Amino acid sequence: MGSLFSLQQFVNGLQLGSIYALIALGYTMVYGIVRLINFAHGDFYMIGAYAAYAAFFLFNAYIAPGNVLVFLVLIVAMVVGAAVAMLSNRLAYRPLRYKPRLSSLVTAIGISMFLEYFFSAFPLIGPSPRGFPEVLPKVMWTIGSAQVSNYVVIDLVVAAALMIGLTLLIQKSALGRAMRAVAQDKDAAKLMGINVEGIISFTFLIGGAFAGAAGLLAGLTYPRIMPYMGILPGLKAFIAAVLGGIGNVPGAMLGAYIMGIAETTANAYNSLLGEGIAFVILILVLLVRPTGILGEKTADKI
Amino acid sequence: MHLLKKFPLLAAALCFYIVVTILSLDQVDILNGYFMVIIERSLIFVILAASLNLINGITGQFSLGHMGFAAVGAYVSGTITTLLLKLPPPAPDAIFSGPMLVFLVAIVVGGLCAAGVGFLIGFPSLRLKGDYLAIMTLGFGEIIRTILNNIDYVGGPRGLLGIPKFSNFGVITLFTFLIIVLLRNLVQSSHGRALLSVRENELASELCGVDTTKYKVLGFVIGAFCAGIAGGLLAHLLQLAHPTQYGFLPSTLLLIMVYAGGMGSLTGSILAAFSLTFLTEGLRVAFDNIPSFNLGGTMVRVGTEWVMVIYAVLLILIMLFRTEGIMGMREAKLLIIGEKKK
Amino acid sequence: MSALLSIQGMSHYFGGLKAVSNFSFDVPEGVIYGLIGPNGSGKTTIFNLITGIYTPTEGRIIFNGQDIIGKKPFRIVQCGVARTFQNLRIFGNLSVIDNIRIARHYKVKSGLFASLLRVPSFRREEEEIREEAMQLTRLMLLEERANDDAKNLPYGALRRLEIARALATKPKLVLLDEPAAGMNPKETDELMGLIRRVRDEFKVTVFLIEHHMKLVMNVCERVKVIDFGETIAEGDPRVVGKDPKVLEAYLGRGGAEC
Repeated sequence: MGSLFSLQQFVNGLQLGSIYALIALGYTMVYGIVRLINFAHGDFYMIGAYAAYAAFFLFNAYIAPGNVLVFLVLIVAMVVGAAVAMLSNRLAYRPLRYKPRLSSLVTAIGISMFLEYFFSAFPLIGPSPRGFPEVLPKVMWTIGSAQVSNYVVIDLVVAAALMIGLTLLIQKSALGRAMRAVAQDKDAAKLMGINVEGIISFTFLIGGAFAGAAGLLAGLTYPRIMPYMGILPGLKAFIAAVLGGIGNVPGAMLGAYIMGIAETTANAYNSLLGEGIAFVILILVLLVRPTGILGEKTADKI
Repeated sequence: MHLLKKFPLLAAALCFYIVVTILSLDQVDILNGYFMVIIERSLIFVILAASLNLINGITGQFSLGHMGFAAVGAYVSGTITTLLLKLPPPAPDAIFSGPMLVFLVAIVVGGLCAAGVGFLIGFPSLRLKGDYLAIMTLGFGEIIRTILNNIDYVGGPRGLLGIPKFSNFGVITLFTFLIIVLLRNLVQSSHGRALLSVRENELASELCGVDTTKYKVLGFVIGAFCAGIAGGLLAHLLQLAHPTQYGFLPSTLLLIMVYAGGMGSLTGSILAAFSLTFLTEGLRVAFDNIPSFNLGGTMVRVGTEWVMVIYAVLLILIMLFRTEGIMGMREAKLLIIGEKKK
Repeated sequence: MSALLSIQGMSHYFGGLKAVSNFSFDVPEGVIYGLIGPNGSGKTTIFNLITGIYTPTEGRIIFNGQDIIGKKPFRIVQCGVARTFQNLRIFGNLSVIDNIRIARHYKVKSGLFASLLRVPSFRREEEEIREEAMQLTRLMLLEERANDDAKNLPYGALRRLEIARALATKPKLVLLDEPAAGMNPKETDELMGLIRRVRDEFKVTVFLIEHHMKLVMNVCERVKVIDFGETIAEGDPRVVGKDPKVLEAYLGRGGAEC
């Protein structure tokens, strides 16, 4: 356990924050581009974890547990996450693109429900939790007062790599410019010759891939997976995105790490507080500063 | 139907006749207990669906935590009858016995507490629109559930058990009938029109002199009150109250019910509540009866979780193809209060 | 004539953007007053400031002797200021008569419980409300469509419905935001007659904003021209219409239709 503000807590918080960050990025990017809170996003994370699980058994026949296996399994998780995300967009969100926003929101709830119960009902996957296999042998080091495992390193490194990659993409590449343009004004972007639907699809792809990666990392770090594992982390990651400023990419990362550290600290104090801290943060943000830490105010023209 | 509308007294008499018939059939055990419970649950869901419809469909807000209000009603009334007063189970034939009256009071107290919570939630939510409001209500619903899960006095994660079965067909029917009539009267009055105007165009409504803040809160409070009553009735029917019954997924099922019936139509909510409750039971029984079969060496069981998968697909299909559900915003003629023509 | 509405030194900024600057004028009681200016000159912003949708950064707004700055929009309406919208804001899924009845709501005396129980006094009041609303529909030539859903009405009827709704709030001052937008010449003529009748029969002061020159010159008794949130000219429409500064603002920007 450790005391309230120890190095161990901090490390645990960073670990949790990394996973939240990857999920939160998907939420924030999709919201930024189509103004939709994709309730199903947490379930892409869950599917990523299950895909990683399946991939492990597939590849383990040929490759022993180790860095290579982790890498392969990560790729699979990201690909599957991306695929499910793009499919959801194509089948459910795209037809409702120009209808009232509430319809898309409710549909997202429906997709979330569908994925959770489908995975729960499907005979070979089943509702019971499964232990996640040891894809990588665990190694522990002691830094100061904290016990740090190589899993922590993996979590931080993978998250950091993906986030840096994303930031470079958005800031430096033509594709990133197109994404920013579509986020600002879809119609204007269309008139500029940008393939808006394609960009939207790509955004879902990245969001889903990141969620899938988060799923793998979660499976490694907290080795139990089940069909409903996406609900709470999804909600908390979303709250983290709101905290940082929904639609704002650096904001999502900032909010996620704050959330991760806050939750770990609160949990050490009192488990009820640990469960509820996310909702307390949500309500405070919505009441005090709905646009979030890094978000901007947009005025409605009357 | 036209005949019934012309003679409201006739309609009332018909309802009364149906109710008495069911009661007597129940007494002589022709309608078995299981069937009765489904009818009773349907009636309770009528209250839940109609009250959610008041918030989402009539006033145009978006509440995703409606079952949270029901939870407050369930736990408050359950605490009063079971933990505080330790009432004995009701005697089968007692209609106006002392404990029964206490139960009725407890139910109303539960509703009032739920209304209070609705007020607390309504206020901050006013500044938020659409998505943010949805998340806020979802958050509140989860907070209620988390708190209840952690109060050991009311059973914590095991739930509040041993609640005496005070909810019988007569009591439930009475409450359902009263609430539907009151909601109908509300919606078809000037206050109801004010609620509708908030849904239609909030800015224009404000510019017509309507205190939109007051009416948004009013919608929440009345909706919460009714949900609290329903929660109390449910707890005393199932004889327990458990935090998982009132979380996000049950709230979503309610949402499906209201969408299926028609956002803005009380009639739709009544129809949907009955249809979907019966359908759920039917599907559960059907799925239970599918035998496990052997698939390449493993025994495969088709579980009742598939019922929920069907509901999820139903919601998606409604959103994609028929957002207005069965009734749209229309009411059955029976529920429309006639205007005198000169 | 005393000023029903008096605006003194009003300014409003959106962030760093100046929308209205040091704006002052008086609208005398009983007059049909027009505010014209090219697109983007700040006209609708002024309406939004008067009706309380925005609070001005500086200045005072006195209506009927009361300072109304800082009051919520619905309170300002209850004080006697009604308005229509440039981009129609009708309650589409409700009937024409319901649209009108809602505007009458704030004067309703029946409380919540009286309504829930449908006591006789409530029923009497409902009948009263209905009668008043029907009268307005007759006046606005909407009687045949009283029970139709508002969203099914043709455009001209919708504009009349907006005006009917504004009148149902029993105002002293009616703000009309581009009432002739999208109308053909015949409809515009009918509108002009309607505005005069409204002022005469309902004893209200009318304050309208437009950039349709013909309507303003023919219907308004006094006119103020603004551009970039500042006054260019004010007074009798016939005089103002020939003012060189006004012509430059309009022809230079290619603005008004005549």
